[in-house]
Amino acid sequence: MLSSQEQSRFEQCAIPHLDAAFNLARWILRSRDDAEDVVQEAMVRAYRFFGGFQGGDVRAWLLQIVRNACYSWLEKNRRGDLMIEFDEEQQALPGPTPETLALANEQQTLLANALESLSPRYREILVLRELEGCSYKEIAAITSIPIGTVMSTLSRARRQLQLAVANPGRKEAAREL
Amino acid sequence: MSCDLPRTVLHGYFDGELDPVRAAEFETHLEHCPECVAAFEAEESLRSSIKSAQLYEKAPAPLRSKVLSQTRRHSRFPARLRLPLWTWVVATAAVILFAFAGWRILPGPRNNSQVLAAEILDAHLRSLQPGHLVDVTSSDQHTVKPWFDGRLDFSPPVPDFAEEAFPLRGGRLDAIDAHSVAVLVYGRRKHVVNVFLWPVKEADAAPRSGSLQGYHWIVWRKGGMEFWVVSDTSLADLEELQKLFSQ
Repeated sequence: MLSSQEQSRFEQCAIPHLDAAFNLARWILRSRDDAEDVVQEAMVRAYRFFGGFQGGDVRAWLLQIVRNACYSWLEKNRRGDLMIEFDEEQQALPGPTPETLALANEQQTLLANALESLSPRYREILVLRELEGCSYKEIAAITSIPIGTVMSTLSRARRQLQLAVANPGRKEAAREL
Repeated sequence: MSCDLPRTVLHGYFDGELDPVRAAEFETHLEHCPECVAAFEAEESLRSSIKSAQLYEKAPAPLRSKVLSQTRRHSRFPARLRLPLWTWVVATAAVILFAFAGWRILPGPRNNSQVLAAEILDAHLRSLQPGHLVDVTSSDQHTVKPWFDGRLDFSPPVPDFAEEAFPLRGGRLDAIDAHSVAVLVYGRRKHVVNVFLWPVKEADAAPRSGSLQGYHWIVWRKGGMEFWVVSDTSLADLEELQKLFSQ
């Protein structure tokens, strides 16, 4: 009885944030297919923990689980992505992914490319703020970093994105000046 | 010429995360600092190109059904321990006791709507905290309405009453009584009006209004939807909005 109640509570509270979960994973992982796998697993995990969820911001709670799942996945399957340092000089990532190339218009491709050229930490913070519309407090909760760090990271991430947009395809694009 | 104001202040302002005092300080600063003005404009143009690039990628439909079927399957094998009989006896007794107490203290359906009104007011107050008002910011009903697609299992009407001085400011999801509901946000002069709505099975019901802690609300049901409007603006304003919605 408890369990079917929980099931429907999960469907009402958590499932509506599936788009948010997928979008975040897609941009952290830079792949729709991988995002689909990781999100599916993360949702089942979230479901198992849902009984212990004390209420509050379901979206933040869910995105935190999805985000952690993405990083574990990268750790296991694509450590290279995690090596991209924030401000250090970096090797550019291998060109645009098929996902990006499939995007329709030029503006979209340009921005998607630029976003994908950043480190995962910059990508996630921009996605949370600009696409998901999260407040600093929510971002802090999702990423488990202090608000002060959210602010400084976001400010650097935007700088990097601007550089990457201004200099598409250049290695230097993603460097801090 | 170089501005030594930390960049985070500009971003905090840009994101609406500064408290009013610091925001005002920054606005004063902007008047004298072309460097910050340029940086601010660059941020605005970056944001608008991000917006127009439509980078948001929704979950593919197969993922949704896979997740649903998996969690449903899990729920058929409850991991929980079976509760011993006495807990059921105690729980049942508690339910009866509470039901009785509730019936004694708070009469009938009025109770329900008072409780709901308090919950709606809480949600309204929560929405006024920085960054909580809207999930989708737009004065365009054709942007706000599709945004709800796939986020809710119903499609809320999203009328625009800009000409009647209730400009649409956006929409968001909220949870009322453990259900996901749509919230439309309108402006009324400097006030924020939240309109909560969700589908109901009950028949249409004429508007009823109430006040709580200086806030007013009106609730009604029409065409299978329950509507709650809440704001600190005058009740007359809310009545006007209610009529617009019911047209």
